[in-house]
Amino acid sequence: MQQWESWSAFWDMGGAAFYVWGSYGLAFALIALELVLVFQRRKDTTRRLLRWRRAVGKDAGKRNGEGTMPAMESET
Amino acid sequence: MTNPERGRSLLRFAAPQNFYPLAGRLAPWFAASAVVLTAVGLWLGFFVAPTDATQGQVYRVIFIHVPAAWMSMFIYLVMAFWSAVGLVMNTRLSFVMSQALAPTGAMFCFVALWTGALWGKPTWGAYWVWDARLTSQLLLLFLYFGFIALTRAIEDPRRADRAGAIIALVGAVNVPIIYFSVQWWNTLHQGASVSLTKAPSMATTMLTGMLVMALASWAYTLAVVLWRVRPMILERERHTEWVGAELERAAKLSQTAGGRA
Amino acid sequence: MLSTFLAVLRRDLLLAWRGRADVLVTLAFFIIVVCLFPFGVGAEPNQLRAIAPGVLWVAALLACLLSLHRLFAQDYSDGTLEQLLLSSEPAALWVMAKVLAFWLSTGLPVVAVAPAMGLLLDLEQGGLPVLILSLLLGTPILALLGGVGAALTLGLRGGGMLLALLVLPLFVPVLIFGAGAVEAELSGSGAAAHLLLLGGGLAGALALAPVACAAALRISTD
Repeated sequence: MQQWESWSAFWDMGGAAFYVWGSYGLAFALIALELVLVFQRRKDTTRRLLRWRRAVGKDAGKRNGEGTMPAMESET
Repeated sequence: MTNPERGRSLLRFAAPQNFYPLAGRLAPWFAASAVVLTAVGLWLGFFVAPTDATQGQVYRVIFIHVPAAWMSMFIYLVMAFWSAVGLVMNTRLSFVMSQALAPTGAMFCFVALWTGALWGKPTWGAYWVWDARLTSQLLLLFLYFGFIALTRAIEDPRRADRAGAIIALVGAVNVPIIYFSVQWWNTLHQGASVSLTKAPSMATTMLTGMLVMALASWAYTLAVVLWRVRPMILERERHTEWVGAELERAAKLSQTAGGRA
Repeated sequence: MLSTFLAVLRRDLLLAWRGRADVLVTLAFFIIVVCLFPFGVGAEPNQLRAIAPGVLWVAALLACLLSLHRLFAQDYSDGTLEQLLLSSEPAALWVMAKVLAFWLSTGLPVVAVAPAMGLLLDLEQGGLPVLILSLLLGTPILALLGGVGAALTLGLRGGGMLLALLVLPLFVPVLIFGAGAVEAELSGSGAAAHLLLLGGGLAGALALAPVACAAALRISTD
């Protein structure tokens, strides 16, 4: 705490609280959002591919390219 | 499956079934370093770095603004690099890599613009002035949007990969030209403006804080891109045996986790 | 090699001539966009004079953008494109011919009308030669860069908007130097530097864009 007299001075940022915390707030919010989307996509893809594989059957690997994918909607 | 090159060459990680587990192992380490580096960087930026003589406290935005701007430009170059590798060597994984990088690059680009605007208001008196750096950053964001929109609009993955690679390369050739032209246009119209990074008294602690935050954003990018690339690989390789085994393993894992909860 | 170039050029020009209504629509679009500005910003002559170079250049750029989808669409749908790609002639060569024909049929008419539109906006007559010169150097760059975008978005749903998103950021330097040339000439500092940069850009685009465009066409028709 060399730079700040008190916590309230810290949060006030010399009157620039809105600009400083607005910047960091948005940045970390976007990072959090990105992480959520990435993990959601992982879960969706795993579930969807599993369903597809079971629908196509165990020899999906041999019949290369056969069997259409159900619901390819989640491309995000 | 025996591979004579195994252990001798990093190139074996160009094969999706080798890269997939590697990505899974590495990502948590990068994520952990990102957390630690961010904590150190923010501590340096907020508690060690002194108040700027001319700009007061608002300059502390640079600890996020400058790393985000660097990262957004760097990621575009890496995207163009993987695109070139993909086109030349015909490795599908390279295309997937460049597509996994794009959203993070666009995110950093937007963060740089947003923080630039918030820094500009108290400094220039306006959220947006057509400053050369901000303007080039905006155009870079449009380039990212173009790349993402094009690769998403094409359904055939083979075509999407290659078309995206071409536009990434065309964009990378144009980025310096855009930057130069905007700089030229800017100096003619309003003269050099105050710059965030050219603060007169750039203390070493400020610089250190910025560099640590830049390293943190590197680590974050690596982690999130590796995480994003994994489901993309599964999707592309869904016809192979190893993906089948991997999916069954994941299903069993989530089942036991669900059973315990 | 030259005979291929000339054959494709002649064919495309002939097709453009047969479909000259399309060319007229492009031209009408250019004129109308320019005419909209006085309604939007007011008819104050000083103000119009100040924005005239930028308005003319933006309108020319949009007119080029709106006609770009025509560059390969016809040949793509009737299979000519595949035949051309299968032929042994270097693709960059006939791509260049197609882009040249496209520019002659859409860019050149816009350049020809631009001085008249300049007068409509009260642009000083001293600036007109530079305006024409900058458009002559700049619009071919737009056609070349736009050709790459048109090739990449061939046959896609919503291709028009996508094309705009892809190529507009790339058009910015051309716009800056093109409109800047006219402004520099009028402000007395001389347009030589701007025009040289535009010329350099054109040379670079001529060297690189046909190759990129040919590669993009291969990808899109694969």
